[in-house]
Order: sequence, then structure tokens, then C-alpha cells
Amino acid sequence: MTGETSLLRRGGVFAATLAVTAAFVLFPLVFSNPTTTSIAFFVLIYMIAATAWNVFSGLSGYIALGHAVFFGAGAYTLAVGAEKLNVSAGWTPFALVPLAGIVAGAIAIPFGLISLRTRRHTFVVITIAIFFIFQTLAFNLSFTGGSSGLQTPFPLWTAVGYNQRFYYVALVVLVATVAMAVVVRRSRLGLQLLAIRDDEDRALGLGVRTSRVKLFAFTLSAIPVGMAGAVYAYFLGQIFPQFAFDPLFDITIALMAFFGGLATVVGPLLGALVLESMQQEFTLRFSAGGGIYLIAYGALFLVVILVMPRGVVPTLRDALANARERRAGSPGPGVRVHAPLRSRP
Amino acid sequence: MTSQYAQAVVDGVLSGGVYALMAAGLTLIFGVMDVINIAQGVMVVLGAYLSYALSVHLGLDLFATLVVTVPALFVVGVAVEWLFMRRLADRDRTAMSILVTYAVAIIIEGILIQVFGPDFVQLHGPYVDKSVHVLGFYLPYIYLYGFMLAVVLLGLLYALLYLTRFGQALRASLQDRRAAELIGIEVNRVRTLTFGIGVAVTAAGGMVFGATNAFNPNSGYDLISRLLTIVILGGLGSIGGALVAAVFMLVVEDVVAVAWSPTWSTLVFFAVLVIVLTFRPSGLFGRTAVRAQ
Repeated sequence: MTGETSLLRRGGVFAATLAVTAAFVLFPLVFSNPTTTSIAFFVLIYMIAATAWNVFSGLSGYIALGHAVFFGAGAYTLAVGAEKLNVSAGWTPFALVPLAGIVAGAIAIPFGLISLRTRRHTFVVITIAIFFIFQTLAFNLSFTGGSSGLQTPFPLWTAVGYNQRFYYVALVVLVATVAMAVVVRRSRLGLQLLAIRDDEDRALGLGVRTSRVKLFAFTLSAIPVGMAGAVYAYFLGQIFPQFAFDPLFDITIALMAFFGGLATVVGPLLGALVLESMQQEFTLRFSAGGGIYLIAYGALFLVVILVMPRGVVPTLRDALANARERRAGSPGPGVRVHAPLRSRP
Repeated sequence: MTSQYAQAVVDGVLSGGVYALMAAGLTLIFGVMDVINIAQGVMVVLGAYLSYALSVHLGLDLFATLVVTVPALFVVGVAVEWLFMRRLADRDRTAMSILVTYAVAIIIEGILIQVFGPDFVQLHGPYVDKSVHVLGFYLPYIYLYGFMLAVVLLGLLYALLYLTRFGQALRASLQDRRAAELIGIEVNRVRTLTFGIGVAVTAAGGMVFGATNAFNPNSGYDLISRLLTIVILGGLGSIGGALVAAVFMLVVEDVVAVAWSPTWSTLVFFAVLVIVLTFRPSGLFGRTAVRAQ
């Protein structure tokens, strides 16, 4: 690729990013219906979580199924913090959101130290086990209010304004998370994680401090999830152990990242957009039971995995690249086996 | 007081046998194929619902329903392997298998909700609520029969693994896929059959589970996390390890429930795994290093 086209593409990516950001900013102003904005808010929450999850699991290949621990920890940090500090409703409780991120990060360190000693298969299971330990704690410790949960302050905003404010707070967290994902992806850390994914022993042999790198990325990926949990708890106005520590959350964010494409920046965003809005739509349509919804969701997922096993974004990107090469007339090796080491988000 | 603890130990051993039966298929599939079958939990529930339907509508005895449910789940297992698992690339197989089997699990769960509804049910038979007193212990018949069934089936599984040609082929594929292929073992066929057998065994586990616990289509999630814990603790691919781990875990859980409180026994169940893996990252009976990933 010549320098000129690369510059052109970079400009294109920049313009696309600007356009998408503008669309995100304008969305709740154009579609101010509270039902729509509330769906949009949940989509943003899942975008944050899936993007953050991808920073560790997508790049390193270690599938973590315990990120709901960080989500729940963030949710309880806001609820308990607001109660203990007597925070009044309004904008002030949002000040606890960064604290929620710190708490989630602080939990991630011992969590990672224990779970990352094991290799991939076992890691999956140990994250599930640690998740259940936290869920049991949330049900039984006194400061969490047990199964009756906790109330968060309730701001007296109009329905339209309420959703818009939460939407923008979530958007700020999302932008920061995506920025973090881009930086990690392009940094030395990102390359080290990809090296671990491809061959951990060789990476270690080549001088990657694998334990340290994995722990750092794991902690990094926990922080935004905790912040998302805090915003989510404040939005709902109350928090229960089964919603804060939800095993489906673990698998949902993993599915979103896979759906869009692991180790890409756009993938988890797209996955969260498609799957979460679909989920919300189904919940609105089929209120009781929901067997049909589960069948449709599972079937959609199987089709995507079988047709595009690497996710939507990498598959489309390669298809585009192939088409472009064919038009240029160079019969080069179009099919890439794996996501290229360096590719634009 | 002492008898209370002794009773807890006996209960733990008996229900541990049932969990071993459910976990045996999982560890077999895990060991041979490097795939984590998240659907194993909901397949247990599927087996329980099949037994439920047969016993309610046809009036069959619970143990007689196994004649239908075990082959039925064998077919389900073979179909899942043939349709989906076989298509996964060798790389990322484990990660992808989690997603594929999770998708399969939610489809099965959705079907169960559509057919049976979300309410809790339990299997009933003349022996389900009765028990026998032996040496001052209170032994429910269903646990006793379930434990015997588990011992017999695990014995059969062992015989299959160690006394037959198929078992040799299976163990060879478990040790080294490429070498097994080179000496003429049809690894793909072995894998399909293994998946089928692994799932079929859960039908028996599901029946006993359904007779000893109330269940609904959601019960699979709680179950799969426990089964995975048992399988990891026992060492991947080891049926004997799964048996010992299942009995160990359930004894610990039951004793904690008596000594402390049932609310914390679940926590201890998972905490044991975390503690053991901190000191022995490959489980209690695992090979010292899990195969190259």
C-alpha cells in the first residue's frame, strides 16, 4: 500500500469516526421518545462492557466469564456510596462513577492473580466460580441489603431529560473506553497480548512478561465495566444481587464481542448494538415466557458463528479488501487466515 | 451432633454420585475434544423433562424412562457434534465451543419453555419420597438407587474406555490427535461418538437430578457451573477424578450446610475450587500440565 492511499484511508477513518460520534451525540435529541432513549442507554452500557471485555479477552484469547463481578461491584459502589455519604439526587451521584471504576479495578487484581495462574480452559471455569462467590456474597452480606437490594437516589428529572442525561453520561464513559481500547490495540501492550493469544510459551520465550501483561490488561478491562455498572444502578434506581451479578451478563458481553469480531475496536460496538437492541425489542414484544426469543437469539448466533466464525467485522473487512484487490487486478493472497496483527479499527 | 455430621457426609456421598454421573460426560467431551459443552447443564434438564413427560403421560417408571431418554440424548449429542462442533476450526476451538454450545443451550432452553412452561416441576415415583434407615442413617431410596445407577454407569463407561477397541481409540485421540490419525483411527468418528455418549450419560443424571430436585428450564445454568467446577477439580478428561471430586465437593457442601449455614455452602463449593487451583493449577487429579493449547 502506498503512503498516499494509506493517508487517504486514515482520513476516511477519521471522517467516519467523526460522523459516527456526531450520530451518537444527536441521537437522543432526534429520537427523544423515552422508550427509544432507554433502549439506546442500555445499548451504550453494553457497548462499554463488551469493548472493555474485548481489551482483555479478545486480545489475549483468555475467555473471561466473570466480568459481571466488576459490573456488580460498580453498581454496589454507587448504591452503597450514595447511602453512606448521604449523596443527594441529581448530578452528584455521578461523581461516584470513577470510584466504581477504581473499586472494580481493585477487585480485578486479586481476581486476576488467582485466575490467571491457570491456562485457558481452567481460566474460563475459575472466572465462573469466582463470579458465583461474589453473587453469594451480594446475597448474604449485610451492607448489600441482601436479596431485597438497595435503593439509589432518585433525581426528579422529566422522563425525556432523565434518559438523555444518563445517555450522555454513558456516552462519555463509552468514548473513554473506546479510546482506551484503541490505545491498547496500537500499543506494545496490544501486541504482547496478541502474542500471548497466538502462542503463550513462545511469547514468554521472546521476553514478554506474560503474567504481568495479562494481569494489567485484565485490570484495565475491569475498570470501565465497573463504571458501567454504577451508571446502570443509578439509572434503575434500585439494585438487586441477581441483576447486578447476572451470569447472563458474562456470556452476553462475550457474545457481543464475538459477534462483531474479537480483537477489533468496532466489533464489540456493532455486536452490542445489534444484540442488545434486538434483546430489548423482543422483551417489549413478547413479555411472558420468552421461549421464542431464546430460540431466535440462539439460532441467529449459530448462523453467525457458522457463516462468519471470526465475527462480522473481520469477515466484511476481508471481503472488502478482496474486492478491492480484484478490482486493482492483483491476484494476491486475498484470504487472511486470522485477523492481521496490525489493522485499523 | 456427630450423627448430624455423619448424616451430612452420607448425603454428600450419595448426591456426589449423581453429580459424578452428570459430570462424567462433560469431562469425557472436554478431555477428548478440547471443547467445553456449556449445554451439558441444560441437557441434564432436557433429560429430566423427557423422563417427566414419559412418566406423566405414559405412566412409565422413572428408571424405565431411561430406555428412551438415554438413546434420545445420544442422538441429540451426535447431532450437535455433527452439525456444529465439527465445523469449528482447530484454533480457538475451546473458545468457540463455549459460544456454540451456549447458543445450543439457549435454543434448548427456549424449546423447553415453549413446551413445558417456566414453572418448577419434580419427578415422582413410588420410591421418591420414601427412605430406609440403616445403622441410624436416613437414606432416601431415590438417592440410593441414583447412586447405584451412577456406579453401574460409571463402571460401564470405564469398561468402555479401558476394555474395548473404541476405548483405546478414544484414549489415543485424547492423548495425541495427529498420532491417532496416523495409525488409522478415524478421529472424527470417535469425536462424534464421544460427544453422543457424553450427552447420553447426562440423561441418566438428569432423571435422578429431576427426582431429587425441583427444576425448570432455567436450572441448567446453576448446574453447569457446578459441573464445570467438579470437572476442573477432578482434572480434565478423568472420569475417576470427576467421581472423587463430585463426592468431595458435595460432602464439603453438605457438611458446611450443617456446621455453618446452607446460604454459605454454595460459596464454599466454589471457594474450594479457587483454593485448590491456587496450589494445584491442574486440579486434584489432572495431568501436571494440561495439553499444549
